[in-house]
Amino acid sequence: MSKGETVREKIGFGALLTATLLVVIPVAAIVVLIVVKGWGALSWEFLFSMPRNGMRAGGIFPAIVGTVYLVFISLAFALPIGVLAAIYLSEYARDNALTRIINLAIINLAGVSSVVFGLFGLSLFVVFLKFGVSIISGALTLGIMTLPVIITTTREALRAVPASYREVSFSLGASRWQTVRHAVLPRALSGILTGAILSVGRVAGETAPILFTVAAFYLPNLPKGLSDQAMALPYHLYVITTQIPGIPEHFRYGTALVLIGFVLAMNIIATVIRAKAGKKK
Amino acid sequence: MTGPAPEIKISVRDLAVAYGKTPALKDLNLDIRTGEILSIIGPSNSGKTSFLRSLNRMNDLNPQAKTSGTVRLDGRDIVREMSAEDLRKLVGMIFAMPVPLPLSIRDNITYGPRMAGVREAARLDALVEESLRAAYLWDEVKDRLRLPAQKLSGGQQQRLCIARTLALKPEVILYDEPCSGLDPISTAKVEESMLELRKSHTLVLVTNNTKQAARVGTRTAFFLMGDMVEIGPTDRMFTRPRDKRTEDYIVGRFG
Repeated sequence: MSKGETVREKIGFGALLTATLLVVIPVAAIVVLIVVKGWGALSWEFLFSMPRNGMRAGGIFPAIVGTVYLVFISLAFALPIGVLAAIYLSEYARDNALTRIINLAIINLAGVSSVVFGLFGLSLFVVFLKFGVSIISGALTLGIMTLPVIITTTREALRAVPASYREVSFSLGASRWQTVRHAVLPRALSGILTGAILSVGRVAGETAPILFTVAAFYLPNLPKGLSDQAMALPYHLYVITTQIPGIPEHFRYGTALVLIGFVLAMNIIATVIRAKAGKKK
Repeated sequence: MTGPAPEIKISVRDLAVAYGKTPALKDLNLDIRTGEILSIIGPSNSGKTSFLRSLNRMNDLNPQAKTSGTVRLDGRDIVREMSAEDLRKLVGMIFAMPVPLPLSIRDNITYGPRMAGVREAARLDALVEESLRAAYLWDEVKDRLRLPAQKLSGGQQQRLCIARTLALKPEVILYDEPCSGLDPISTAKVEESMLELRKSHTLVLVTNNTKQAARVGTRTAFFLMGDMVEIGPTDRMFTRPRDKRTEDYIVGRFG
């Protein structure tokens, strides 16, 4: 290799490294900022008590509970539907006009801005179906918003399973469903879980879709059922940051820390499940 | 001709396969006899694999593939008179590259029977031993049946795939270039098992290795560009081919 080539290669390598660092820096900066500024707020009281004194004191327990409800209920809707739709599209559907229209719809659904989902949820679930401003309306809205993520990641996971596994399964007299169930799905499980993790992050963090459908400014009690309103972490963060004067700064960062901590905890749980599932086969 | 007329296992009439608008196999008429090893040789794009894959309807899985004509197994039309699943239990297939499913050795062998509804462990155990013995693999793996099948060597994997197919008790076994990735010793073991299986099965072997066809085939057919140029007893095909193109291919003048 000539000297000029070596220099050029070094410059190229440097450019790639710089680009990579540029990605990492904001992530690290956000985490550091939130941890440093929010750590001081964390306490048993902050995590597990109701807000007091016009939310200037006490804790954020109802917002945590609300977000946990929304995440699990929306996934309970979206995960089965999304995974089944992806299985249909990847393993059963033929390449025809209908399939292409469905694909187009999924791509467009992924591109719809979240406030539009909120408006849609308001008109369909809250008003038309008369669910009212409630956990069920919010969870359904969030579920629809996250469907394209789940469908897309599940399809990718199914596509990553070698076609030869399907061939072998068919050649051994297995039906299409048996092939999907025994030769394909076990190998796609970790990819499907990845999709679920991505969805948890989005569902937990979105503000706009819950704004009109579920989120309450302040509630003195925890929600008792699916038709109750609920507080939620991202909306609570918005409220205490912009709507109420005189809230200590570390309250806001503490709330943000709890939000990212929750998503991180879900990621870790899913990663552990994934590792265990991987070991079993 | 001496002896009684051979029994026909599979009869192929006017079989044609096309992928989109590209024909791969044109109007094939052929009878496969019970208990023979029919070798099919020919260069790539000769239609030999398309032919093989239409015998167990694997072509059905390719939406581009269009098949016409009839194939009868013991007189039954394999498209109109039986399901693809039932057909594939009777007509097993060994692929060019061994593909063990990411399961244990035992679970690979029992995959077909389990999908067919066999549940009793004792019966599955018996199938595992029987199939592995017939594939000349039992002695090498009998103490580690719970091991992931993908840990086996390439040659062992191919014999595992043969055992896996045998566990379904097929009547016909299709081999699609089964030794193309194997060393000579593994190849010899696969061929040995083929000669043994011939006693109770009908075998169709697609191979790029003309010497292999000469070693194991009772009859050999030569395919070229989607046509069957010639078929005959293997000895005759390799010593006195009737068609110039067959001779050219066998002596390696093209292909």
